[in-house]
Amino acid sequence: MSTTVINIEDAVVSYREDIALRGVSFRVESGEFVGIIGPNGAGKTTLLTVVNGLGRLRSGRARVLGNTVGRRNGYSLRKQVGYVAQVESIDPRMPMNVREVVMIGRYGVLGLFRRPGRHDWQIVDEMLELVGMTHLARRPIGHLSGGEQQRVAIARCLAQEPKLFLLDEPTASLDWKAKADILELVRQIHDSRQLTTLFVTHDLSALPLACDRVVLMKQGLISSEGSPGKLLTDENLSQLYDMPVSAVQNRRRGAVPA
Amino acid sequence: MDLSIFSYQFMQNAIISAFLGGIACSTIGVFVVLLHMPFIGVAMSHAAFAGALLGLWLGFNPLLGAFAFSLLAAAVIGPLADRGELSPETSLGVIFSLMLGIAFLFMGLMPGTKSGALEILWGSILTNTRGDIILLAVVAVVVVGLVFIFYKEIQATIFHRDMALSVGLPATLILYGVLFLTGATVTTSLRSIGGLLIFSLILNPAAAAYQLTYSMKRMFLLSAVFGVLSGWIGLLFSYLFDIPSGATIVVTSSVIFMLAAVFSPKRRVKRLKEPSVEEAYD
Repeated sequence: MSTTVINIEDAVVSYREDIALRGVSFRVESGEFVGIIGPNGAGKTTLLTVVNGLGRLRSGRARVLGNTVGRRNGYSLRKQVGYVAQVESIDPRMPMNVREVVMIGRYGVLGLFRRPGRHDWQIVDEMLELVGMTHLARRPIGHLSGGEQQRVAIARCLAQEPKLFLLDEPTASLDWKAKADILELVRQIHDSRQLTTLFVTHDLSALPLACDRVVLMKQGLISSEGSPGKLLTDENLSQLYDMPVSAVQNRRRGAVPA
Repeated sequence: MDLSIFSYQFMQNAIISAFLGGIACSTIGVFVVLLHMPFIGVAMSHAAFAGALLGLWLGFNPLLGAFAFSLLAAAVIGPLADRGELSPETSLGVIFSLMLGIAFLFMGLMPGTKSGALEILWGSILTNTRGDIILLAVVAVVVVGLVFIFYKEIQATIFHRDMALSVGLPATLILYGVLFLTGATVTTSLRSIGGLLIFSLILNPAAAAYQLTYSMKRMFLLSAVFGVLSGWIGLLFSYLFDIPSGATIVVTSSVIFMLAAVFSPKRRVKRLKEPSVEEAYD
């Protein structure tokens, strides 16, 4: 029997003048793989920050992994939630190697005053193996390509041994091959480690095909949700991105507009 | 060369002060360099300078004024850096110039000779007392001790603040802690190194270490070694050529930085068939 791991009710979040979420309700069952898609500024990232407790609710309620998310329990919640953001440029001279960066995933779980032991390094090496980065384990982190950095970020996230796996545009700015590889890896990890995964993207081609459910977001609201086959129709996408249906059809088939 | 000078109490005090101040400043420097906020040191040291002058003018302990002002600067810099409302360079630049302005304002308002003020500006490690040394020792032990205890939290925060937050670490608290320690270090080193020059003793050793290693632990160690060497070699030159010690210490640290930059393996353009980075640094 599945249990609800995320239950957000009528969430409103605003940053200064901008309202990022305008009353979003959202449920996720344990083991689901949910794709969240929508244009830039739709509130997708904000929805993820509500889940890991970094976003501040103006009103509404969020229950994640059985706890009501509040200011107090943010730290303990985040230890159980893995978060992979999009590739960011890292100082090429940063004095840390790949293995050390993956170990950061263990730091929250370890807690204050405890140093990583042999068990933690074992987990780190296992995760590096899983994402195919063992050969670069001792390379300075700033020397990696975007695709390699995302693999490291995923390994760091898994080293946390999270219950929830949040990915925020993990393939943005990656080349076509790296994108496909990361999508494949994410799906494999989701299945083999029995995670609950939320995958955010603005790019339809970066949505893993095997999502159990797709959520469409626009202007701080969830406009619709359902199975990918039913939901990702040309008509729905034309509404989501404010484009004529014919343009959507052309783009989805990879045609060059006349 | 007559080195009997080193048997005098005041010189021994100076040597110990340079050791302790060098360690504290250069450890703080690693944060400043890796957080890409070099202006923190400038803004803090000028805030401390302004606070010390307020103390001199109104007749209370200049160190108290310096500490209060650098904490005030930390309280302003922290939220600005944290929320990213302005770029850190911009906000620190504003605070730096404001503090310099306030310092000169206090100096202008001060009656009589300004020798006390100038001493704080230039530093006078040769007149350090036992009390100064104890204070420096306390700060050095606290700084090094906290880095040791919270190494993993500090390392993660330096690497990426948002990532540190997302794995459940108190990254914001760590950032404020670093700012607080910077204020404390600047304040206690103010009399020895001087408000104008302390910034280079914070920045140069760490920037030199940054050129030379891909290991953060080694960077902390190298930075401390360079900081202490800057102090000791600077003292020696100050004595040999009879020039102000603050200046020789800073010039020495700059020379160390330049040497490190010139010989930095991180600058070398990679040729085919060269040992890989991980082989070179393991």
